[in-house]
Amino acid sequence: MDLSFTPSEQAFRAEARAWLAANVPPGPYPSGDTREGYAWHVQWEKKLFAAGWSAVSWPAAYGGRDASLIAWLIFEEEYYRAGAPARVIQNGIFLLAPTLFEFGTEEQKERILRPMAAAEVHWAQAWSEPEAGSDLANVRSTAERVDGGWRVSGQKTWCTRGAFCDAIYGLFRTDPATERHRGLTYMMVDLHQPGVTVRPVERLDGDESFAEIFLDGAFVPDRDVIGQVHQGWKVAMATTSSERGLSLRSPGRFLATTTRLVDLYRRHPDPALRDRIADVWIQARAYQAYTYQTVTRMMAGGGIGADSSLNKLYWSELDLQTHTLALDLLGPQAELLADAPDAVDHAEWLLGFAFALAGPIYAGTNEVQRNIVAARVLDLPRG
Amino acid sequence: MHFAFTEEQQQIGDAVRDALADACPAGVVRAAWAAPDTAVRSLLADLGVLGLNLPEAVGGLGLGMVDAVLPLTEAGRAAAPVALVETIATNPTLAAIGEADLAAQVATGEAFVTLRAPGGYAVDADRAALVLVVEGDRVGVVRAPRLVAQPAVDGSRRLFAVEGDVEPTDADGRELLDRAALAAAAQLVGLSHHMLAMAVDYAKTRRQFGAPIGSFQAVQHHLVDALLRVRFAAPTVAQAAWHVDAGTAEASLQVAMATSLAADAASLTARKALQVHGAIGYTFEYDLHLWMKRAWSLSAAWGDARAHRARVADHLLGAPDA
Repeated sequence: MDLSFTPSEQAFRAEARAWLAANVPPGPYPSGDTREGYAWHVQWEKKLFAAGWSAVSWPAAYGGRDASLIAWLIFEEEYYRAGAPARVIQNGIFLLAPTLFEFGTEEQKERILRPMAAAEVHWAQAWSEPEAGSDLANVRSTAERVDGGWRVSGQKTWCTRGAFCDAIYGLFRTDPATERHRGLTYMMVDLHQPGVTVRPVERLDGDESFAEIFLDGAFVPDRDVIGQVHQGWKVAMATTSSERGLSLRSPGRFLATTTRLVDLYRRHPDPALRDRIADVWIQARAYQAYTYQTVTRMMAGGGIGADSSLNKLYWSELDLQTHTLALDLLGPQAELLADAPDAVDHAEWLLGFAFALAGPIYAGTNEVQRNIVAARVLDLPRG
Repeated sequence: MHFAFTEEQQQIGDAVRDALADACPAGVVRAAWAAPDTAVRSLLADLGVLGLNLPEAVGGLGLGMVDAVLPLTEAGRAAAPVALVETIATNPTLAAIGEADLAAQVATGEAFVTLRAPGGYAVDADRAALVLVVEGDRVGVVRAPRLVAQPAVDGSRRLFAVEGDVEPTDADGRELLDRAALAAAAQLVGLSHHMLAMAVDYAKTRRQFGAPIGSFQAVQHHLVDALLRVRFAAPTVAQAAWHVDAGTAEASLQVAMATSLAADAASLTARKALQVHGAIGYTFEYDLHLWMKRAWSLSAAWGDARAHRARVADHLLGAPDA
């Protein structure tokens, strides 16, 4: 055990910190979940990519830096410490890309990864359907075999930033004789074609970043199938494991938020809340320690598996506690929107609270995560 | 950055685990309520655990707190009726105050040194060759203590109020108390693992409504909540131990973080394990209470979770009245 950073890890951190200090634009930023804001964020993503910071742990051949997972965690810590813009391309680089690295063909990696990291082609996840929320295996969308590929039909929903994206990835039933998690195939679908209708859905915070996507015979060429036909469930589980476990919500995010909470306390002190402030600050650092331990294991060849559900429970509940506490500190200012004259920190705590409320829902509800941990980590009998 | 125990550290932990599984079943823990244990302590001496962090010159292994984490965790898992927190905490102090002969006897199990918790009591003080206390930021020695027994909820923890002349030393009191809190935290992780394992086993076998109760989501989620807290506390204990060994400026803060998380995890796990067991867990005959009571004791004796969070809050936010 050596919890100090190596000279090369320290040099990497210094380089990232210096670049971010020189390049992160002054806030506040527009929301990346509106059409105009998304366009602004894409320009930032292009700048990140040009400097080689978009996906540091990827091979250089695809626009990364061949950085270790430890270095990636360091970059994330520095990124959030600098208060840099939220990553609007995260559902590509952090969710689809790990799947391509594990199951994709060379042709797919060559074709897809670099434009993804360069924010030239924009990717949205398309897991949920009206009848497949927590019960993802209840997918009803179908794919019918045709010459050179598949014709897909059905409805996908809650596709984050789907209204601004070029393509989606998700599961389609390729074997009509099957049920549940058998007979599904993991596919990528181009949204710019006949047979695709994208309808934005307003979220409770007023942004239009949700989308419903209606598919009516849209074409998916064979080259856009990831992994084996009918083996999509296995491929998808690899992605959801990344999403819950590590890549989507690295510790840097919560280290930064809890540090900003301490700063908020200095401006809005309330001695009755000291214990809770210390508690969330400690938990963010526990998540960091746990993650360095996990990554050390992964670098030695280990996996995450169902432990990723524990991560998801921990960060989502911590994030909600943290933002709830911030609103408690703010008292009468808690409800103010950014354009209110008395708004504190551009209302970021209220917006953060609204977003934190989604944490226990997205990426698989926390109730489902607890079921997964019960079955697969504690080996309890299934109900 | 490399966050993992070495193979050797894991082997020592496994050896302690295996030895205690044989020599310290629940019946031995229970028996220690009536007659103070000597056999388990002697076993830990044979395994090198009592002298783990004493210099090799006095018969110790010359190791540090990181090396002690897994043996302490395993002693917690077995609820070993041994005042190991006191031994691991006071060992480096003995070397610092020139008690080399006594240290050599501690390593073999011939002698025992105890430590009075701040504002509290000293375990097994009637059997101790020396009682250490912390006054201000320094360690003091009480050589001729007047003791008053203070029966406690965990019958294997024989507590005493300590009075008597305190001989001052230059040894650092904060470091001593940090080692004690950290040793307690490591034991709390082990205690939690065992309570959770008991509850999981029970939930798999106990049937109601025609099914094992562990198949019901309400029961499953209790157990997952406990697991979640234990899983995220454990690495902070290892991390704090590393900072203590490395002597970093934030070592004491790291101990406060780890102890608050481990104490909260153990308290929650005790609560959830009892709830899942139902009435059987509430009996004296069933073993769960032996572990619960140790968890209650250790999660408060060296500063409870709130006290350690207050230390963190002072660091982050300044003193409360500032």
